[in-house]
Amino acid sequence: MKTRNQLRDNITFVFLFLLAVLFLTPILIVLMNSFKGRFYISDTPFALPDADTFVGLKNYTSGIAKTGFIQAFGYSLFITVFSVAAIVIFTSMTAWCITRIKSKVSTIIYYLLVASMIVPFQMVMFTMSKMANIMHLDNPIGIILIYLGFGAGLSVFIFSGFIKNIPHEIEEAATIDGCNPIQLFFLVVFPILKPISITVAILNAMWVWNDYLLPYLVIGSNYRTIPIAVQYLQGGYGSRDMGAMMAMLVLAIIPIVIFYLTLQKHIIKGVVAGAVKG
Amino acid sequence: MQKMAKKYYIFFTLPTMIAFVISFLIPFILGIYLSFTKFTTVTNSQWVGFSNYIHAFTDDRNFLNAIIFTAKFALVSVVSINIIAFALALLLTRAIKGTNIFRTVFFMPNLIGGIVLGYIWQLIINGILINFGVDITYSGTYGFWGLVVLMNWQMVGYMMIIYIAGIQSISSELIEAAEIDGASSWQILKSITIPLVMPAVTICTFLTVTNSFKLFDQNLALTAGAPARTSSMIALDIFNTFYGSMGYEGVGQAKAVMFFLVVAAIVLLQLRYSRSKETEI
Repeated sequence: MKTRNQLRDNITFVFLFLLAVLFLTPILIVLMNSFKGRFYISDTPFALPDADTFVGLKNYTSGIAKTGFIQAFGYSLFITVFSVAAIVIFTSMTAWCITRIKSKVSTIIYYLLVASMIVPFQMVMFTMSKMANIMHLDNPIGIILIYLGFGAGLSVFIFSGFIKNIPHEIEEAATIDGCNPIQLFFLVVFPILKPISITVAILNAMWVWNDYLLPYLVIGSNYRTIPIAVQYLQGGYGSRDMGAMMAMLVLAIIPIVIFYLTLQKHIIKGVVAGAVKG
Repeated sequence: MQKMAKKYYIFFTLPTMIAFVISFLIPFILGIYLSFTKFTTVTNSQWVGFSNYIHAFTDDRNFLNAIIFTAKFALVSVVSINIIAFALALLLTRAIKGTNIFRTVFFMPNLIGGIVLGYIWQLIINGILINFGVDITYSGTYGFWGLVVLMNWQMVGYMMIIYIAGIQSISSELIEAAEIDGASSWQILKSITIPLVMPAVTICTFLTVTNSFKLFDQNLALTAGAPARTSSMIALDIFNTFYGSMGYEGVGQAKAVMFFLVVAAIVLLQLRYSRSKETEI
């Protein structure tokens, strides 16, 4: 019996191992091709680079120059960090306020925000980008406000679910000690929210970092984030530089892999929590 | 607390609400209004009634094709993703060495953005198809299966994690008791594991359906709808209607309103279904 289980486990292990290799293959093929000359990629993507096709880091230098990747990385990082910070701070404030103060206004705010989650982006993309234009939000700072607006639904929903389960007593004690609501929130409540804030931050960071259409429509003509820079290389079909494309794909994946490997536990937990609540 | 002054209420809610009203609420209401008008910018609209909604279907078959393509895609990918993810979760909840590394690997594609995913798979699929003298833009069917493979690669690991959480929450005593009673592993799977992970199945179905319906970036990068919009999903078709040709903004907005209604209907059905399930338990 034991040997049969052992055998079964070994077969499972080999199967999973092969599947894991298969899962990583697409990324490894892109990595491999990023070192090949641009004309050797489309026709023979599965061939290893050899003396004729190997070009070293040439694709990387030309890709970075063509797309302005360094700047794109800067914009992506700036927009992601500040949008996520704004979302975490402002939506937790809102969620706490509307959860603790029961009123008609609170209920309306809550349901408006939650309902916005199910609206597909295409429904508002045209009018929103015109609005952003008129209100001069079409720059890397203005777009933070737009991300706050679009991120509010899910984030308030998750925060509210968590806040409902925090006992009132702590807050009442702090109020008796003379805290005003602002001190109460930032000194007492916000620290309690830390685990759920991490979840909200991770979910929003993944969304904003990878988002293509929203920044493309709002700031795309003047400021390219990483997904816009990658798409920009597409150009006319056939004329595009496959070498530069491969290099840009690799550069786009590296930050995500680093982020994932350093925060893996939080990310998986956060994504599951977000899924279950969404 | 309940007597918190009005000024504090405004302090806590105003930043979020300003952002929400500007970026979402006004554009949403304006969007509904504009779907009944002819316009090129927001300010020059003329009321045309339901004409845009009719034109969405009568001008060409693009929208109808996109709806059919999206529905088929959602069906195929929901079934395949959930079966593969559940199978993987079953394998990874056995005590096998290396399960953590496997989970890490299977989940990783989920974090990569849609545009990047699209180009990765375009390279791979074209690399295979070139042996047959074609590429992914040769027919809409290639684009369809290309998207299915891509979507599986992206979502399987995510759903797997949710299924693992579901399977691990089943008490081991229940399974041990069944084993003592002589149940085969197939019987345990059928009569214990699957019924008890039904909440996870509901969540995963919901997530895969909505993600499939709203898919845009992957579609744009992998085929951009080629050839001749036959591999175009609803979101991409709406985008092309808006920005592809002048004068069709109203039709694009009408398509977007219908898209919203479809997604909203799916979500509400799903919510009602899972509510009724919850009360049964």
